Amino acid sequence: MTTPRMNGQLNTVIRPLRMAWRRLTSMRTALILLFLLAVAAVPGSILPQRPLNPDKTNSYIASHGAWGRFLDHLGMYDVFGSVWFAAIYLLLFVSLVGCLIPRIRLHARAMIRKPLPAPRNLDRLPENAAFDVAESADAYADAARRTLGRRWRVTRRVEASGAVTLSAEKGYSRETGNLLFHVALLAGLVLIAIGQLYKYQGSVIVTQGDGFCNVIPSYDAWKPGRLAANGKANMAPFCIDKLNSFTATYTKTGEPSKFAADVTYQKNLDAPKQRDTITVNHPLRLEGDRVYLISHGFSPTITVRMPDGETITDTQAFVPSDATTFLSEGAFKETGKPGAHQDVGISGIFAPTPGESANGLISTSPQVNNPVLDMFVYVGDVNPNGQPESVYSLDTSALKKIGQASLKVGQSKTFPNGVKVTFDGWKPYASIQVSHDPTQGYLLIAVVAMVLGLIGSLGIRRRRLWLRVTPPSEAADGSPTVVSVGGLARSDSGNFTAEFAALLERLQAAGTAVQPVAVPAGKE
Amino acid sequence: MAGIDGSMAHLSDTLFTTSIATYALAMVGFTAEYAFGRKGRIAATVPVAAPARELVGVGGPPAAEFIDPPVAAPIAPAEGRSFADRIGRASFAITILGVLLHGTSIAVRAIAVDAVPWSNMYEFSSVAGLVGVIAFVAVLWKLPQLRHLGGIILLPVILLMFLAGTVFYSKAQPLVPALQSYWLAIHVTLVSVAEGALMVSAVLTVLYLAKSRYDRVSVRPGYRPGSLGALAARLPDVTALDKAAYRIVAFSFPLYTVAIICGAIWAEAAWGRYWGWDPKETWAFIVWVVYACYLHARATAGWKGRAAAWVNLAGFAAIIFNFVIVNMVISGLHSYAGLS
Repeated sequence: MTTPRMNGQLNTVIRPLRMAWRRLTSMRTALILLFLLAVAAVPGSILPQRPLNPDKTNSYIASHGAWGRFLDHLGMYDVFGSVWFAAIYLLLFVSLVGCLIPRIRLHARAMIRKPLPAPRNLDRLPENAAFDVAESADAYADAARRTLGRRWRVTRRVEASGAVTLSAEKGYSRETGNLLFHVALLAGLVLIAIGQLYKYQGSVIVTQGDGFCNVIPSYDAWKPGRLAANGKANMAPFCIDKLNSFTATYTKTGEPSKFAADVTYQKNLDAPKQRDTITVNHPLRLEGDRVYLISHGFSPTITVRMPDGETITDTQAFVPSDATTFLSEGAFKETGKPGAHQDVGISGIFAPTPGESANGLISTSPQVNNPVLDMFVYVGDVNPNGQPESVYSLDTSALKKIGQASLKVGQSKTFPNGVKVTFDGWKPYASIQVSHDPTQGYLLIAVVAMVLGLIGSLGIRRRRLWLRVTPPSEAADGSPTVVSVGGLARSDSGNFTAEFAALLERLQAAGTAVQPVAVPAGKE
Repeated sequence: MAGIDGSMAHLSDTLFTTSIATYALAMVGFTAEYAFGRKGRIAATVPVAAPARELVGVGGPPAAEFIDPPVAAPIAPAEGRSFADRIGRASFAITILGVLLHGTSIAVRAIAVDAVPWSNMYEFSSVAGLVGVIAFVAVLWKLPQLRHLGGIILLPVILLMFLAGTVFYSKAQPLVPALQSYWLAIHVTLVSVAEGALMVSAVLTVLYLAKSRYDRVSVRPGYRPGSLGALAARLPDVTALDKAAYRIVAFSFPLYTVAIICGAIWAEAAWGRYWGWDPKETWAFIVWVVYACYLHARATAGWKGRAAAWVNLAGFAAIIFNFVIVNMVISGLHSYAGLS
């Protein structure tokens, strides 16, 4: 039992809610939200974005002081992960759902319902005409129905006056397409969200001759989705056993023309070993994961004779600091006996094709031709704090410089305290990325449905047509059978006038003309 | 991959320059027709479909003939062809010649680089310009009374091609590995066709806004047309312009959608993800959303007409931004401008 007071309370709660709902689901609101979405995306392309380029973002903030930090508070460096961007698309999502449900219901009803009866005055319709035919009303109505064919949904009715009417409608697929597009869009957004939650991505540098397995510890960088983090990722058990070779091919003018990584892999532990070539546009697709060749570089090999006489041979991947010439930087960290402060640290620059400049070693080409390894050699503690640190740079805070060298392959140099460094050679490495997104296949289906819906929604035109066939009058000098036709473009009028004229032509041809002149209905 | 055929590349450049000159000649011709002709005024006062309706009324010749009037037979004055009309026809023929030269230039460039020739800004502008002219010719097929506006339509095309030949120009080069994919042909073709067509829609929208302003201003008491007003007076009526602009968007929007989807499929194979908010992707998204706004605005009370027209122009502005600023100022994965 509800008392009037409770009703009143209910009303004060529900009324504004209903108003808000109505406003949210109106076309106007949807339009404004759509605009906001476009505007909100702009800073995402103009300001550096943390997920894409964290280093650039940090240096931007550092160089813009308070303004830079203020933008950070607003989430401007991660626009597409920000609360306000999410707020816009979630509101749009809700608005769309609210708009679609009644439209689907209406359209379903329209699909079942017969076309509406003819209005009393067809000459009030935007397109109309009238002509006489020699046939009887019934015979002409049948002929006209045949003429309209299957593209029109036609209902025949007989009015009280004896006139036969045909109500015809076509282009239902327009609304079907429209609804399909929007439903597929919603489905696509849901699929993207699920994919974001369950995806993972790992990247690893593999020097030629090495390999890795698809387990988290293999990866140098590991980015799981929220529900794939903390060991919850269900990873495909494949291994890239060996990078047999990485080859970079260049044109005569030095432009890169092909990068290829030849790998041996196993789909799972029991599967036979297989071989394939991964190139830039051709990832290796394994068990729902994709293995990409992202970039490449060089790993120089050196042999170090430590202060205590022990020799260590080490190969380290260097990072290209110049994307065109592949001048690369890196470090070697050779630990000696614990506590002896006799570690050897080397920071180096590798030039595949060396050249000279005022600023020191440069490279003139990404192709390898008499490469040079420049290095600064230090002794002390390479990692005094025992913290994880970058493998590409050397922390020299607890190191003492003992000299420098510029070596070609095979050359070596001895330093004061017995340290000797030999540049043995180099190997190429491939930077490999493994990606997993469980929903992208379904997303493709959703977007194909979107396109089909869009084509229907923009290409098909909704039309209504009515014919009223009035039988001849009984009197001897009475009029013949009169056909009046009215047409209405329910959407996208296009060139409906011409369309109607062509249709009228066919309808006229369906009967036998009584006299050559037809008078447009309601027009003198 | 084969190298570059230098003599073919040179021939392509020559043909490109010749086609610009040809378009410029046609533009002058169309402008002359516009300036001297009275067809503009006829077209403006007689609604497009009027002949069809009257002819049906009297049971005359088949109306279908008047739905798609052949370009060669526009509604010419009965007393024969005027001087302006003859200039207009000649300009149309010159435009077709320009299209042939332009198309050959692109085909020869394709042979020279042994790949689809739209991998940098110069090549893309050339293709988009060609699509723009073809879209204009297609519009003329439907609406021959717009012919005297050819100058206004060709102007942005010539401007684009001039920029392509000077600022954006880059020598024929083989494709870098990232572009070695059949998706280059599919994705970039779709984008250039959609954007070339949208350029024509934008021009028609500007004309629509000019005409609708004229319609509002000219009825005010004491209105005296200036030189711009006199030009606007000869434009076709607002409904025809609005419809033509809309039909082009209705054609281009699904195409642009497919282009973005193909780009995403390609990105999945080349960069390891189908979408990554790279600046080019972000702006493609913005362009798509703005044209979606246009389509919705056109169906919403209070937004129809001029407001929707401004949305159309905003969409085209976003295309320009995506092409010029994103390529030349903002760096991203789509950095193929070839302008280093």
